[in-house]
Amino acid sequence: MPRRKNDVAITMDDVGMEIDAEYDSGSDVDSKRRAKGRNKPKPAARGKKAKPADSVEESEEEEEEEAPRKRKGRKKKEESEEESEEEQRGRRKKAAGTKKKKAAAKDDSEEESEEEKGNKRRGGKKGANKKEKEEENNKEKKGNGKAAGKGGKDKQDDKKNKGKNSSSSSSDDNSEDESMSEGEMARLKEDVEEKKKLIATLRNKPWRMKRRLKCLKEAQAFVEKFEGALGKGKGRRLYAFKVMMTKVLMGMPYGSIARKTVPREEQDSAMDFSVLFEFGGYCKYSIMFYGYYNYQRSIGLLQFRLPLSYLLVGLGIFGYSLMVVIRTMARNANEGGDGAEDGAFTFCWKLFTSWDFLIGNPETADNKFASTTTSFKESIVDEQENLKDENIHLQRFLRVLANLLILCCLGGSGYLIYYVVKRSQEFAKKDRNELSWLQKNEVEIVMSLLGLVCPPLFEVIAELENYHPRIALKWQLGRIFALFLGNLYTFLFALFDEVNAKLENEKEIKNETIWALKEYYANYTLYHNVTENIPPPNISPADVIRGPCWETEVGIEFVKLTVSDIQVTYLTILIGDFLRAVIVRFLNYCWCWDLEAGFPSYAEFDISGNVLGLIFNQGMIWMGAFYAPGLVGVNVLRLLSSMYYQCWAVMACNVPHERVFKASRSNNFYMGLLLLVLFLSLMPVVYTIMTLPPSFDCGPFSGKDQMYDVIMETIEKDLPPFMADIFSYASNPGLIMPAVLLMVLAIYYLNAVSKAYQNANMDLKRKMQMQRDEEKNRRNNKDSTNQVMKDLEDLLPNKSLIPPPSAEETEKPADQLSKSPKVTGKPGAAATGKGVHVQKDVSLAAANPRAPVTRPPGPRPPGPLPGNARGPPPGQGMGRGRGGPPPRR
Amino acid sequence: MYGCFAPPYFPHTIIKQLHKGNLIANSCLSSLLRLFHRYRDLALQLVPMDYTNQPEVRLPYELIGSMPELKDNPFRQRIAEVFSEDGEGNMTLDDFLDMFSVLSEMAPQDLKAYYAFKIYDFNNDDFICKSDLEKTLNKLTCNELTEDEVRMVCEKVIDEADLDNDGRLSLEDFQHMIMRAPDFLRIKTI
Repeated sequence: MPRRKNDVAITMDDVGMEIDAEYDSGSDVDSKRRAKGRNKPKPAARGKKAKPADSVEESEEEEEEEAPRKRKGRKKKEESEEESEEEQRGRRKKAAGTKKKKAAAKDDSEEESEEEKGNKRRGGKKGANKKEKEEENNKEKKGNGKAAGKGGKDKQDDKKNKGKNSSSSSSDDNSEDESMSEGEMARLKEDVEEKKKLIATLRNKPWRMKRRLKCLKEAQAFVEKFEGALGKGKGRRLYAFKVMMTKVLMGMPYGSIARKTVPREEQDSAMDFSVLFEFGGYCKYSIMFYGYYNYQRSIGLLQFRLPLSYLLVGLGIFGYSLMVVIRTMARNANEGGDGAEDGAFTFCWKLFTSWDFLIGNPETADNKFASTTTSFKESIVDEQENLKDENIHLQRFLRVLANLLILCCLGGSGYLIYYVVKRSQEFAKKDRNELSWLQKNEVEIVMSLLGLVCPPLFEVIAELENYHPRIALKWQLGRIFALFLGNLYTFLFALFDEVNAKLENEKEIKNETIWALKEYYANYTLYHNVTENIPPPNISPADVIRGPCWETEVGIEFVKLTVSDIQVTYLTILIGDFLRAVIVRFLNYCWCWDLEAGFPSYAEFDISGNVLGLIFNQGMIWMGAFYAPGLVGVNVLRLLSSMYYQCWAVMACNVPHERVFKASRSNNFYMGLLLLVLFLSLMPVVYTIMTLPPSFDCGPFSGKDQMYDVIMETIEKDLPPFMADIFSYASNPGLIMPAVLLMVLAIYYLNAVSKAYQNANMDLKRKMQMQRDEEKNRRNNKDSTNQVMKDLEDLLPNKSLIPPPSAEETEKPADQLSKSPKVTGKPGAAATGKGVHVQKDVSLAAANPRAPVTRPPGPRPPGPLPGNARGPPPGQGMGRGRGGPPPRR
Repeated sequence: MYGCFAPPYFPHTIIKQLHKGNLIANSCLSSLLRLFHRYRDLALQLVPMDYTNQPEVRLPYELIGSMPELKDNPFRQRIAEVFSEDGEGNMTLDDFLDMFSVLSEMAPQDLKAYYAFKIYDFNNDDFICKSDLEKTLNKLTCNELTEDEVRMVCEKVIDEADLDNDGRLSLEDFQHMIMRAPDFLRIKTI
């Protein structure tokens, strides 16, 4: 009997949360049942409430008294339910126990050692638990009426305190408590709901105001008292969410196992702001980081495989991102290829179509004016650059010089970062309190400063090169990009050094743990004279010896980097943009020169720099998200807040860039950079996944030699055997090589085809150009002889009446299209000099003999003309537009 | 709006009659009435409700140009001039409806191109010559460009679009050019 009870106790606090959850689901059913039962007493209570106020209190007390009784009854039932559940689990545990015995004999498999640690803990708790339970039972027996109610309340309080006081015994106590109070909580919640309903419906009750008020007060007091304990209002939903998360997805909750608990020596400072701000303390052992996740193969009812999905999601993000980026690039490329005649009408289009007629807001209009002006200036500079030619040798020399200088800058910044990271690792070994703030944040500060100083420096150096602005912009962006990436990669390499050091360290710690376990088992056998069923050592999760968990460290570094990046960006905007704008604006009243137009001026909004910042940020997220899943959330918050913040900054204190040059028409330049970043951030992550062994005591892959072993395991255990066969064939080099070869060939073929198309395209373009020139020449030759005659001819109104000659019929359809409106337009011009009048005349006089003018000249196929892709066929347009038969719809 | 193109030339009461005879769709009627009310709201004391007698009412350009649709448009005066019967920007109801139907989304491309040509042809000589281009450019950039730049742009425009080498753009040249503009589809609508 004691054996079994122990088992129950073990599983109870080992899988505490799970049981809680089951409790809850059970109690849900229960509550329904109870609700049914309750419906009967309720009307009675209501009826009583019609009596003087005292009876309300009475009924409430009655309820309170009722509660413990029911509770007890329920508890028994639940316990029996549990028991059966526990039995199953106990069996499982026993199986594990036998395994453990073997492990005790062998003592070398890490996985088992880990498990054993847990078991030791459990075993230790056994004694305490037993006592605890007895106590509890006694209490239950003794407690009746209000005492039990208070007990319930006490438990609530206990639960609240629980986070803080977790000395080993009391934590056990608490977990026990928690599981006990779960059912009560559900009940209390129900009561609270009831009271709430009462409050809501109070208005409709035919009572006197005094009574109403009293009733209301009581109900409110009750609701407040218990709702506070249940987590204020949202409790229910939040609670359900919590249960869902813990039961179905996350496995055990915080504090249940070593990897989810703050170690004892850190506990004092774990809630300090300075520690939390650097993502130590509770942050470090939270869901945000890799280390929190358990290696348990499947969780909960749904058999959620956390390790497998962790790996698959980590890799899947890369796959998905790659797909999205490449798809977007392909689409952009298609759009870019659309404008075949791009160069032909640049200025015309700018002049005639750049105004957006939808603009109805003076500010937008101003912006549009500015952007139109810039775009004209851009084109003008383009044009001028085409004409320019200069001393080529000097130019070349200067360019080489500039590139040299920039390479020096890049190298210097890389070295600086490496140096600083190394230094920070030295600092990390010292005590935290001895370090100054500067020493603690050196890496972030240096990286941010480099990011601030270098780009302007590059810009200055780029002046030497004298490139065309658009090309210069690309160079500039490329260099900043190289700077960022170089910095990031040096940072990574320094981090890898640290990781390797940690791995060494970890080996020692692992040996220590194994040694300690061995010792414990030896001692246990010695004292108790048993060799089997040795309970695992009783160590609180906070005291377990643990490895350095390099994955979490890497994750923390990335999160810190992201956060410092956010800070620097926001501060730069605040100081560089806002403060500057304020100074320029208000100091301008009392200054020697015009500040707004002169030297400091307002800050310009640097589109390309900001886009680059976004890209870089995305790269960091890609790199860091595997080791710090919370980073994604941080980034979402950052993007959301920075959108509004920067929007405000741009509207309030920035002016448009003086010479905005779009880096590329189709934005594939930026997408290319993004692709590069994706690739570069994919490499270190995949490298670590494939080569470095995961930590032995933290993260979803603990206990495995390699992270990808999870996949192997799944293939072996969960898939039918023939699938395993298929996979083994598929991973055969003999199959992979031909597949790769095939892909290479396919790429080659597609490349060749696209080249051919490109050539054909170019040919066609050239032909069109030639034709255009030819036509121009022909007209020139024909018209130059008597320009006057031609003009007169154009002005003749009759021209439009004459059916077009058959020669015209054979002309290009595009020509026809463009001609027909002219035909209608001209006569008006000739008759009055003002098109609108005639326009009107023609349209008003639907029955006028001139009406046929508007019809398409000559016999024409009814359908749209071939080649007339844009716009409706002219005939239809004319018919409707110029006084055709009145409305058709 | 454009689908209701013919009716705009009829006075207000006739629209109603047409509607009674099911000659125009409900959607047209509503948009026409909406426009009529817009027109009337510009000057309540000038425009009568009843158009049966076809009163000679013209709203001055100042009123037309202050509409939100046109208020910020650099070419508002030209637009009003082009669509007004007297060429001064003073518009009757018919002119008004005319303008909106051309500027509406559903109006065909070539019609829009034709009116665009009219709008850009400042001196009404049926050709867009250099002076027209300069005016257009200055309106479009708020006189921000230097004279040299303006001259250069105008030269480039004529160089690009002038097919017959007469140093100015005819309607044909203009249409040939504008129909190929990628932005032309979505621009020019109200």
